[in-house]
Amino acid sequence: MSDTVLSRLLAELAGGRIRIVDLTQTLSPDFPQIVLPPEMGQAWPFRIEEASRYDARGPGWYWNNFSCSEHTGTHFDAPIHWISGRHLPDNSTDTIAAEKFVAPACVLDCSHEAASDPDFLLSVDFLRKWERRHGRIAAGSWVLMRTDWSKRTDPVAYQNIDETGQHTPGPNTDAVRFLIEERGVLGFGSEAIGTDAGQAFHLKPPYPCHYYMHGSGRFGLQCLTNLDLLPPVGSVLIAAPLKIKEGSGSPLRVIALVPQSMPAPAVARVARKKSKTSRARTRRR
Amino acid sequence: MTRPLVRPPRKNPILRTRLPTLPPAARSRVALGLTAAAARGRFELQVCRDCGTVQYPPREACRACLSPRLDWRVQDGNGELVAETTLRHSHELFFRERMPWRLGLVKLDSGPLVVAHLHGDCAAAPTRVRVRAHLDRAGQAALVALPDKDTPHMADDRELRELTCDPKFRKVLVTDAKAPLGQALVEALVDAGVDLVWAGEAEPWKKPPGFERIKALPQVAVVPLDLTDSRAVKQLAGEIGGRVDILINNADHHRNFGIAARDGIETARAEMDVNYFGLLRLAQEFAPAMRARGADGQSSAVAWVNVLSVFALSNFPPHGTYSASKAAALSLAQCLRAELAPTGVRIVNVFPGPIDDEWNQTLPPPKIAPARLAADIVAALRGGAEDVFPGNVAQDWLERWRDNPKALERELAAMPQP
Repeated sequence: MSDTVLSRLLAELAGGRIRIVDLTQTLSPDFPQIVLPPEMGQAWPFRIEEASRYDARGPGWYWNNFSCSEHTGTHFDAPIHWISGRHLPDNSTDTIAAEKFVAPACVLDCSHEAASDPDFLLSVDFLRKWERRHGRIAAGSWVLMRTDWSKRTDPVAYQNIDETGQHTPGPNTDAVRFLIEERGVLGFGSEAIGTDAGQAFHLKPPYPCHYYMHGSGRFGLQCLTNLDLLPPVGSVLIAAPLKIKEGSGSPLRVIALVPQSMPAPAVARVARKKSKTSRARTRRR
Repeated sequence: MTRPLVRPPRKNPILRTRLPTLPPAARSRVALGLTAAAARGRFELQVCRDCGTVQYPPREACRACLSPRLDWRVQDGNGELVAETTLRHSHELFFRERMPWRLGLVKLDSGPLVVAHLHGDCAAAPTRVRVRAHLDRAGQAALVALPDKDTPHMADDRELRELTCDPKFRKVLVTDAKAPLGQALVEALVDAGVDLVWAGEAEPWKKPPGFERIKALPQVAVVPLDLTDSRAVKQLAGEIGGRVDILINNADHHRNFGIAARDGIETARAEMDVNYFGLLRLAQEFAPAMRARGADGQSSAVAWVNVLSVFALSNFPPHGTYSASKAAALSLAQCLRAELAPTGVRIVNVFPGPIDDEWNQTLPPPKIAPARLAADIVAALRGGAEDVFPGNVAQDWLERWRDNPKALERELAAMPQP
């Protein structure tokens, strides 16, 4: 191959100078699905039935049939998912332009806030503080809310439901509108089961992240993991939903390309402790 | 006096688990009338419509007047034990393994002389006894003579236990211990002296009221079980299947829609997934292990209970898709019964009317309370029936269905839609 951008990319990948980070939860029957009041239509959990396993049903091969919702496991939300986005052009998984599936990511570390307050709401103030450290959120970026929620491997802790409903972090209404109207982001991603907070039904409007993001043709990513392995800026996401006709979303494999010179936040923290000079170096990067 | 059952010693692992044998099962078609009644817990004999003679054994015609007009009628079973014997030799494997075996001749007050298994607390002849029809391990009606009045621990009688599925000292799986009926079942089983209840729990992040109390009972072990998840069912069967003596499948998905009241098939599919495919998944994974343990000592694998619905008999249109899923489950339960017949494990199908729960909120009373239904299920295990219709509504629907299924269909179609 002659020397092109792609050949250089491949060389960087082969040389380990660009890491691939998998941001996807395993599709498993044990992974919880979103809970709605029982009289409503429900999202199917992931289920799998064996078709054959080198046995009488198929002597030389093993395969399964699986079933799930468009919104099961790590999944993509298309604008048509929400009533506010239902009349937009190219709003479903089969019509969204494929170039939207590769985009840069900004990672907001809300892990400390979410650890002390499961109902933590991301605010404009938080976004401005983040921008003072990491620069302005670029138009067309994914904004990923790191909460370390994916580290709750017990489904009960992950769902975090009590008599008043679910308690998981998410953005508040003003933050969502700021990201759309002031920054022109591509979409919003979350480690929890929805892009909206667990108690977002009680916000104005209900589920503001769904309402405004999809109402303005933006996307959602839910049930992400490994966000702690991404730098605040500099990574590129590949997030392509299945091409489901009139699909409102789809489970998908989300991977991030991370330049190796970009330390993950944990590494950066260690570096900060060492010396002022190393901290300065980290920032420059 | 019956000696109370004691907790069986632990199984000796160097001894082979014995295979089940069955009492003689062949019956003429007319004799199956006795079985049909016993399946519902009733003792019925043929009564001649022309001369009133009550006869036993069942025949094609009246033994007194040769009339073919014979009706099966419920008998009170009261009579006098006129003779008894103790079997000490038999060519039937089932009885060979259970010697000695007490048998009696009972002269029923209604006329006929019947042969019956004899409860150990029956005094020597002549004495007053009560004759009951129970299903035996082969699934056929057998008559048992009980003492005139209840005696202490009479359920623990060795011969009677061959006709019942008493949960005492047994290990029981309740497939959904979170629902109101499941919670009531766990409590009723604990009260009945079970050794252990595996309490099935799906979707552990949903915490219904009362479940914490059930989980805290010392006889209860919570196990993850979602009947829609084939791998989870297989996993649990691998872990505990070889120890389950009684399986009670009460997992149920119930929404109240007919065809027109709900767009799409998602609700109906969810009902089928739990109520029909759930039973199929359970049967494929748990039945093989239970099949092998039909004669595993005092606490052998003995019963499989399906909580169906009286709507399985005839569609209740306001709950139309639910009715269809229960009818499918009933059909599958018949298949399971046939496949488990050689093992002596009894399939008990329970057909309650509307249960007093969330999904029957708008139905007018009478509705059966979960605690009452649980008590009836435990009573069914202690009895000798395989088809149980608990509560007034179920009994009423059953009688109407038996009398004229087409009439019941029309009556149900005419009921107001809520």
